[in-house]
Amino acid sequence: MNTLKATLRVVAMLGAGLLIAACEKPPIDTVQRGVRGTGMVQVYNPRIVEGEQQKNVVPEPIPAAPREGQKASEVFQNVKVLGDVSVAEFTRLMVAMTAWVSPEQGCAYCHKLENMADDSMYTKVVARRMIQMTQHINADWKPHVADTGVTCYTCHRGMPVPAEVWFQPPPQKHATRMAGSKMQQNTPDAAVAYASLPYDAFTRYLQKGQEIRVNAVTALPTAAPGSLADTEGTYGLMMHMSDALGVNCTYCHNSRAFAPWTESTPQRQTAWHGIRMARDLNNDYMVPLTATFPAHRLGPTGDVAKLNCATCHQGAYKPLYGTPMLKDYLALSAPGAQAALPPAAAAAAEAPAPAAEAEAAKP
Amino acid sequence: MAEYQNLFTQVQVHAPSFPGVSVGRDDRERTGTPTHVHLFGRLGDAQIGPIYLGWFGLASLICGFIAFEIIGLNMMASVNWDPIEFVRQLFWLALEPPAPHYGLSIPPLNEGGWWLMAGFFLTTSILLWWVRMYRRARALGMGTHVAWAFAAAIWLYLVLGFIRPVLMGSWSEAVPFGIFPHLDWTAAFSIRYGNLFYNPFHMLSIAFLYGSTLLFAMHGATILAVSRFGGEREIEQIVDRGTASERAALFWRWTMGFNASMESIHRWAWWFAVLCPLTGGIGILLTGTVVDNWYLWAVKHHVAPMYPAVFGTVVDPATVQGVQP
Repeated sequence: MNTLKATLRVVAMLGAGLLIAACEKPPIDTVQRGVRGTGMVQVYNPRIVEGEQQKNVVPEPIPAAPREGQKASEVFQNVKVLGDVSVAEFTRLMVAMTAWVSPEQGCAYCHKLENMADDSMYTKVVARRMIQMTQHINADWKPHVADTGVTCYTCHRGMPVPAEVWFQPPPQKHATRMAGSKMQQNTPDAAVAYASLPYDAFTRYLQKGQEIRVNAVTALPTAAPGSLADTEGTYGLMMHMSDALGVNCTYCHNSRAFAPWTESTPQRQTAWHGIRMARDLNNDYMVPLTATFPAHRLGPTGDVAKLNCATCHQGAYKPLYGTPMLKDYLALSAPGAQAALPPAAAAAAEAPAPAAEAEAAKP
Repeated sequence: MAEYQNLFTQVQVHAPSFPGVSVGRDDRERTGTPTHVHLFGRLGDAQIGPIYLGWFGLASLICGFIAFEIIGLNMMASVNWDPIEFVRQLFWLALEPPAPHYGLSIPPLNEGGWWLMAGFFLTTSILLWWVRMYRRARALGMGTHVAWAFAAAIWLYLVLGFIRPVLMGSWSEAVPFGIFPHLDWTAAFSIRYGNLFYNPFHMLSIAFLYGSTLLFAMHGATILAVSRFGGEREIEQIVDRGTASERAALFWRWTMGFNASMESIHRWAWWFAVLCPLTGGIGILLTGTVVDNWYLWAVKHHVAPMYPAVFGTVVDPATVQGVQP
């Protein structure tokens, strides 16, 4: 009898251990941001944050190169985007890109080594378009990226394909049968942080531009803006944003009223621009590259890899915790920016280039 | 020698099986020979049976089984009949109501038709079970308090799954059948309608819910505390107040100045329990039909407090000119 009781006790303790194994070990830090008592706090697990910090270290910048002298277009052939950049700076950027994107594969990941100007490798065509995209983000999406800006490393982090990209989810197998339609939800899916919410949020909101706002703007019914099904869709996108930035809902919203801007934090404005930026980049830069990519780089439905909040943020409230990298690689700050830049000594004092100047310098 | 405990029952009185009181007819309602299960005796009465099923009970179980099968087999089909995936994804799986564009029409089976059918059979099953409860209480000459308390819960169920969707003109407003999906639905419902916590009927419902647990704890504790004086014989004490009742009453007068009586405490408990789904159902019924945004409603009626704007001015970028849409 005693043996039985002892065994039961051990089993119960093991069971309890298993039950709490999925929980995060306390203590958990909370940081108050809003008025006391309103629950406007951020919750952090210091042990998880510690691990995240190592992932967000910015590589040492390559020593600056002279910005005067011959231009890249005068020395190299087939330089279509960075032609205004000095040869030294151009070469420096190529070295940096190799370290950021294809450190293992080297130059040959994009270039035919016998003829570096050759465009026959798809990776080179994509890389050129991605440089244009980076310049576009830094010049035209300052409401989201501010002067911190982005470089290839913001997303790539030493990998040819960024760790966080998305494809359209494949249609449910056997969906045309008589029963068992999941209606694009009710599946443990990382895209919605493993909620049972609709998991094609990226197609809906970061590509097609479906309406995100679902709340009524009057107390009593007038024109209902969104259905409950729409609300679940929006909720799914918000789960992704929270997950991608490593923040709670309260980073942007006061959860007592998600919709009113007067209840929200300034970060919501930045996020609003971020959603539009993701849409713009997906539709104007990624989707047109679909035919350029080989089949094995495409998704299950043949669509191109696209970006969402996690592509840059990767779990941090600001990518790389807001460490500025762009200031060391100003050729990426705007189309043709390098031509308008002052010499290196002055640039260091005045960096980064103002957007207006960069715009004026457009070829 | 076992010792009588009044927090956890460790003593079981063994007695011959009792078929129950006679209801004056031929007692044909009784099915099966009673048996005793020791483990059941630890929780309640060790005697199992006789059982009464009857036609209403049978029909209810059949309808309930059909609904259960429609839901379960749809979930099973949604993972392509893979039993391992079924277990892994069970908490996520669901049978969803039709999409909004179907309104109140009858959609194809795989686009919400199964949901309508499962809802029909589940509702029928629940209503038949209610009839059975009512009739069994009547057969025993009892009041029908249990049936009406159950009806309060059925009211909330019908509001969520039938009455409100009909008033809103769309089945898609109803709750999916699934574990996580119905919880996500609940959160989405509150978000869509501007925070249900500002709904005064939701507030009442919560007050009655927590009030019920408080009353249950107070009453249970009081009766256990006077059981050494025979306090658990509550029905006798209602008409013939003994020392247990007197002591319990004095205890509450000492501690809070007022006491319920042996009878009234049960009315309190019944009304608190019944009002929880009753007021909750009213709150759900008003949501979307009469009030579209409870937060704005609460602001309008000075229910929601305003806090200092510590974040400065935050404006909707969509209203700022020159911003890319």
